[in-house]
This record gives sequence, structure tokens and C-alpha cells, in this order.
Amino acid sequence: MTSQLDIENLDVSYGDNQVLRQVSFSLQPGNIGCILGPSGCGKTTVLRAIAGFEPVLGGRILINQVEVSSSIFCIAPEKRDIGMIFQDFALFPHLSVADNIGFGLKTWNVRQQQTRVRELLAITGMLAYGQAYPHQLSGGQQQRVALARAMAPRPGLLLMDEPFSGMDIDLRKQLAREVRNILKQEKLTAILVTHDQHEAFAIADNICVMDEGRIQQQDSGYNLYHQPANRFVANFIGQGVIIPATVESSHSVRTELGCIQGKLPIDSETGTAVDVLIRPDDVIHDDNSSETAIVIDKSFLGADFLYYLRMDSGIEVLCLAPSHHNHKINERIGIRLDVDHLVIFDRI
Amino acid sequence: MQGISENSLGWVIRYRTSELLKGWWQPGILLAALIFSIPVLTIASFLLQPSGDVWQHLVDTVLTDYLINSALLTLGVGLGTLSIGVTCAWLTSLCQFPGKKLFIWALLLPLAMPAYIIAYTYTGMFDFAGPVQTLIRDWTGWGYGDYYFPEVRSLGGAIVMLSLVLYPYVYLLARAAFLEQSVCVIEVSRTLGCNAWSSFYRVALPLARPAIVAGLSLALMETLADYGTVSYFGLGVFTTGIFRTWFGLGDSAAAAKLAAILLLFVFTLIVIERWSRNRAQYHHTTNRYRQLPQFQLTGFRALIAFVACLLPLLFGFLLPASQLGLWALDTYTVMVDASFIRLTLNTILLGLSTAVLAVLLALFFAYGKRVLASKLVFASVRVVATGYAVPGTIIAVGVIIPLAWFDNTLDAYMRDQFEISTGLLLSGTLFAVMFAYLVRFLAVSIQSVESGLAKIRLSMDEAARSMGYKPAETLFRIHLPLMKGSVLTALLIVFVDVMKELPATLILRPFNFNTLAVRAFELASDERLADSSTAALMIVAVGLLPVILLSKSIASSRAGS
Repeated sequence: MTSQLDIENLDVSYGDNQVLRQVSFSLQPGNIGCILGPSGCGKTTVLRAIAGFEPVLGGRILINQVEVSSSIFCIAPEKRDIGMIFQDFALFPHLSVADNIGFGLKTWNVRQQQTRVRELLAITGMLAYGQAYPHQLSGGQQQRVALARAMAPRPGLLLMDEPFSGMDIDLRKQLAREVRNILKQEKLTAILVTHDQHEAFAIADNICVMDEGRIQQQDSGYNLYHQPANRFVANFIGQGVIIPATVESSHSVRTELGCIQGKLPIDSETGTAVDVLIRPDDVIHDDNSSETAIVIDKSFLGADFLYYLRMDSGIEVLCLAPSHHNHKINERIGIRLDVDHLVIFDRI
Repeated sequence: MQGISENSLGWVIRYRTSELLKGWWQPGILLAALIFSIPVLTIASFLLQPSGDVWQHLVDTVLTDYLINSALLTLGVGLGTLSIGVTCAWLTSLCQFPGKKLFIWALLLPLAMPAYIIAYTYTGMFDFAGPVQTLIRDWTGWGYGDYYFPEVRSLGGAIVMLSLVLYPYVYLLARAAFLEQSVCVIEVSRTLGCNAWSSFYRVALPLARPAIVAGLSLALMETLADYGTVSYFGLGVFTTGIFRTWFGLGDSAAAAKLAAILLLFVFTLIVIERWSRNRAQYHHTTNRYRQLPQFQLTGFRALIAFVACLLPLLFGFLLPASQLGLWALDTYTVMVDASFIRLTLNTILLGLSTAVLAVLLALFFAYGKRVLASKLVFASVRVVATGYAVPGTIIAVGVIIPLAWFDNTLDAYMRDQFEISTGLLLSGTLFAVMFAYLVRFLAVSIQSVESGLAKIRLSMDEAARSMGYKPAETLFRIHLPLMKGSVLTALLIVFVDVMKELPATLILRPFNFNTLAVRAFELASDERLADSSTAALMIVAVGLLPVILLSKSIASSRAGS
């Protein structure tokens, strides 16, 4: 299958400050991609370069197999067949909701325009608000109008710049699911930029984690959590600690908490000092275990407790335990390891 | 491949045009900023020039008086505007009493009343021959010298006149500051044991202080700029001193030197104002707003609040406006003749053309800032926008000196080379008048246009672009409808300001060219107060338009909503 978006070795800089370095990724038609990273990592710049708002220093961008940006070449944003949802929604305050949605349909005939606007009002649940003006809507409603407006011309690629950032957590989750359903229903190819991993997991088929202008890893949410490619991804996605270990065989390492077996062969030679990633769900609370640790802090998560434990060597780990195991701070509890995915980093 | 190469050619052309545009836009803005700074730079340069005999004479005789009178006037107006402005702002923002809704906007009405007009009106009413003293004499049978009556045409009188029309600056900014304060802050102070009054003194007032100081500096800038009132009252302050030195002693250098000293005071105020405005922004500690709690006033307290708000409105607007109306009813049949109509047309034409120029320049500056986003451009626009603080008298002197130099130099050169005398090309023309207006009022149009442009976020441009609209289409479909209001506002405010302007027009106008303001001033100076009322009333009536706009906008807006 040919891809809908290809980014090849993209370099972008603001003056002397290079904000993107050798960024490459692709997106298949109908897929929802996500660029995930901390603020200032360059993720919004990628989106703006795709839209044609930022010139490109090196590399190239292809939308639907057509080159739209390179170091010597830049098609104007209005000719790229894209739709974009902005962080502040950028609804036009002088136009009604219906006129906002119809704004991008200038080449359609009036009847087609009306049908499409009505269709989108229905999809986004805004049928009652067609004649309302943006300032009369709540944040969630404005977000839906922004989505409808960007989707209306059926763009080849929909770009979303932190579209849920101004909302509270419950609304975010709900809207993220809604948006995913709508995008799938319309069979749109879309790319989302966010700093919120839960949002990324909820909406995207494929996630690029970015830091310092580089793509650190491109994978599914599941793999980013369980098989992070480097320490940055390990720390950025989910919780966990990195503890010292020694390679024991081609498939196992030894830690203070015992031996961990991996499914894949280990590159390093036996005896090498390495670090391993231990997620809270890798540490099992077990009263029968000979290994013990002291509870130094805990937080109640409802179904589970997240325990902060210190072992005798001083190394601290996290442990996720069902909440009927209610232990006090400074209590000594038994733990054992049950690691599904062994993640090893070279010692630095 | 064919498609791509065509596109890339198109891109190169577009790229070149935009570079070309930037290539002249930025230098254009810098040049314009420089040209509009010439008057102020000219005056400032006189600070450094050696002083002549006339200057020494001024120092020996009147300079101390000018300094003392200006200081007393500023101090008095400062106290007056502060007490009226802050009291009314507090009452109309955080208290509930009968008539409050009306006072909220009506307290702005005195803004429409130029100080020199209120000064003639009160002089006419309270002078020895005026209706009030005549009435007293009729009732009591006293004669001249039998009783004490405060002299309107005095320093104290000027302080009262200026305070009555300038307090709205303090009122406006203080009220906005009180309203913008998060209710949480006030409620926190209540939970920490402050009652209503101590929460005002300990929390609300200190929080609003930067805004109040900013409003006060604006009022004081107007005080220092006033010429009409002080001249009519015969007071020796800087603005009148500049006139006397220029036209009485005929020494432009000494006049410019006086202007330079006045400029120092003005710049101090500008610095204070900008600093306070910056501080005011830091005072927003939260973005949560709710309907502010209102202190319900009843009985005697409500009456006091009512009277406290009524008095400034009564004396600052209602009374003088009614007096003008009465006079105008008596005299308009005589006063409205062909020359009056010509004068009105002059004023309208001058006001309109200046307003259109000011708005075009404002668009040039404001879009330049948006498109170029360069520090140099930001600084230039800031420099241009300082003109609002500079008194018309200073600007007039600062315009006339370089223009005269230009005319004389050109004339000398042409005579020398071609034996042609070009005479005075620019001095004493409408060009000079309009240039001075632009120096003073560009800030007003820039501010209005910029606030309109700020509402069109860059993302809206980008949204339109991403939906297939070219830049020109974006300008037409998005900017035009959204900018209409602020452009019209800018036109209106500049028009009204030009109409009210007195000292610069007096100095720079071509021979025999009059405006309504000049005519009103001349008639009043000839003690024909009733005759001046028709012109004065027209100025006030037109001046009401922007005040109404302003009161509508403050009625409909509140932070956080």
C-alpha cells in the first residue's frame, strides 16, 4: 500500500537554532498518527512544516506521493489538500458555526455545501448549533466545530495541534475517543501532536515519540510502554525505575531482586554491567517472598496502591499492588519480580 | 515533473515578492518613525544648545513662576482626579446603590468636554457679571467688594476645571482594575479577618494601584498639555510661557528650550505610566472570575454614594453643557452664518483627512509589526506611539522649526542656483497642521487598529490558508470583516481629537484658516462667551460620540467573561 504522508530526513531551524534533525516517518491512508513529546521537543514544528507554514532546511515532505516541501521548494498551504485543527481552534468569530464549517467548501456548489455542513453538524452532534456563533459555545463544542470545519473539504491529511489541551481531564478522554470514532467513520488520515501519552494511546494507531528535535521511537502504544528503545522513551512513557543488573546468560540478567528471564537474546556479553527497566507492574507483592523492601510512600489509585519501596541496598522500586493489600509506611513487605518484557540499557 | 517545476517557479516568484515586500516595508516603517519623531527630537536637542540672552532673561524673571505654577497645577489636578476618580470607580464597581447603572457610563461624559470650554463656561457663570453673582447681589443688595466670592480665573479655578474633565482617566482605569480583581482575592481577605472597608484599603486598593497610577499619569499629561484653560485664566505655566516667549519676545530658541524642559516632565510621566501598566499585568494572580460581590448600600450611605457620583457628573458635564445650550439658543441665529458654516466644513475636512491618513499609517505600522515581527519595527512603532503624551504646543514648535529651516534652506539654494524664490513651501500650510496632528494622534489610531488586529490570531490566518484561501483572500474574507469596527473607531477618535485640538492649530494654521476650536477660543478670549457657545457646543456634541462608544464597550466587557 502506498503511504499518505512521507517525511524524509527533515531538518528545520529557526535562525541558528536547529529544531528538527533528520526526522523521518510515514503514515498509511486511513491511519491516525501521533507525535508525542515534551514541550519544546519540536513536535508542533513538524506539523507546521507539513502544513507549509514553516520552510524546510533539508529533507522533504510528500503528501499522497506528491512532494510539497524540500529545501528549495514549498507549495503554499492552501494547495496542499490538508485540514488543520489549531490549539486555540481559530474559529472565525464573525461567522456562524455553519458558515465556519462551510468555509473550506468554496469550490462546492451551494446544495453540496449545505448537505456536507449538515452531515458534519450531525456527526459532531452540533445540529442544534448551526446558527450559533463561536463565542456562544463551550470549549468542547468549539473543539467539535473546529474538527468539523477541518474535515469538511475531506482533506487528504488532517493535522491536529494539541486539540484537547485546554480541556479538563474527563472531557479530554471523552473527546479523544469521539474524535477517533469520527475520523475512522470518515476514513480520514490524520496526525495529532500532543504531550499527553494517554491522549496519544486513546486516539492513535501509531505513535512517534520525539525529543530534542529527533524521533526517538515510532511504534504502537503497547510497544512504547513495554519495549522502549531508549532511556528517554522509558522515562517519558509510563512509570518505572531503572536499576543496575549484570548479564548472566544470553537470555537472563541478575538484579538485586533476582534473575530476570528475557524472551529475546541479549546483545551484551555475559558479566557485563547493564541497567534494566522495572515497571510498577513488574514488581509483585508477595508475602511469601524472601526478598523484602520498606514502604517509603504510597498513593491510592482506587483499585490499586502504588507503593514506593526501598530495598536494603538503597535501590528504590515501584510496586503496583491490589488495594486490599493495605500496608503502612515503614512496613517491610515481601516482593518478587515478574517481568514480561526484559528491557536492557547499556550502563552509562 | 512538469507540475512540480511550474509550482516551484510560482513559489520562487511568491518568495521574491514577499522578500521584496519586506525589503521596503521595514525601511519604510523606520523612515516613517524617524519623520514623526522629528518634532520631539528637535525640541529635545534644545536641551543641549547654549542659551541666549532671552533665555537668561527668562531664567531671571519668569522661569521660577512657570515651574511653581506648573507644579502646583499638576499637584492639584493630581489630587482632584485621584479623589474623584477612585471614589467613583470604587462605588460603581463594588457597591450597589440607586442610579449606579446610570453612573457607570454617565461618569465618562466629562471626557467630551474640552477643559478650555468648561473654563469659559464657568467663567461666564461665576464671574462678577455672571448670573450667579448677579443673583447674589439682587438677593442681598450687596455691591462690588461687599462679599467674598472665589475667583474662577485663578490657579485654584484651573485646578478645579481640569480635575472635573480629566478625572475620567483615573475613573476608567481604576474601575477596570477593581473589576478585574479576582473575587477570590477579596474573599480571601475576608476569610483572613478584613471587613469590607479594610479589604478595600489593604487588598483592592494596593492591587489597583498600578492601574490608578497609569490613569493618573494620563490625566497629568493632559494637564501639562493644556493651553486653552491656563491661557484664558492668564496663568504663567510652561505652555503659556512657550507662547509668550515665541510670539511676545519673538525668540524661538528660548521657546524651544522651555518646551524642552516641559518635555522632560512629560517623559517622566510616560515612564511612570508604562512602568505602572507593566506592573498591572503581574497583578493578575488568577484567571478565575465570578460575579463580584456587591456591598449593598442603603439609607444614608446610599444617599452619600449617590451624591458622590452625581457631583462630578453635574459639575463636569450637565451644568456646563446646559449653560452652553442656553447661550447657544440665544445666539445661534446670529452666530450661524456663512463664515460659521465654512469654519465647520474646514474642521470636518481637516478632521476627516487627518483621520484617514492616521488610520492608513496605523494599518501600515500595525500590519508591519504582524508580518515582519522584528524588534526594530516594534521599537519604531513604540516611538511613534509616544506622541500622544507630547503637548500640542511642543509639537507645534517642534514642527515649525524644522519646516522653517527646510523652507529657508530650499529658498536660499534655489535663489543661489536658479534665482528663483520658492518662499515658504511648507510652513504655515495645512500640511504643517496635519503633520502635527499625526505626530500627536497616530498613537490613538495605532492603538485602536492594533487591538482589532490582536483579535485576529495568527492561527486564524493559518486556518484560512489550510482551507484553500490565498493570502489576499484571507485578508478579504477574515481581516476585512473583523477589522471594520476598530478601523471605524480609530477614524472617529482621531477625528474628534483633531476637532478638539487647540494649541497646535493656533500656532500652525495658515493665515485666516479657522477651526471650531480656534473660533471658540478667540470669541471667548474677546469676552464674547455667549457667542462662543455654538462652536463649543458642536465640539462637545461630536466629542460625545467616542465617549458613547467607550461606555458601550465597558458596559459589555468584563475580564473573564
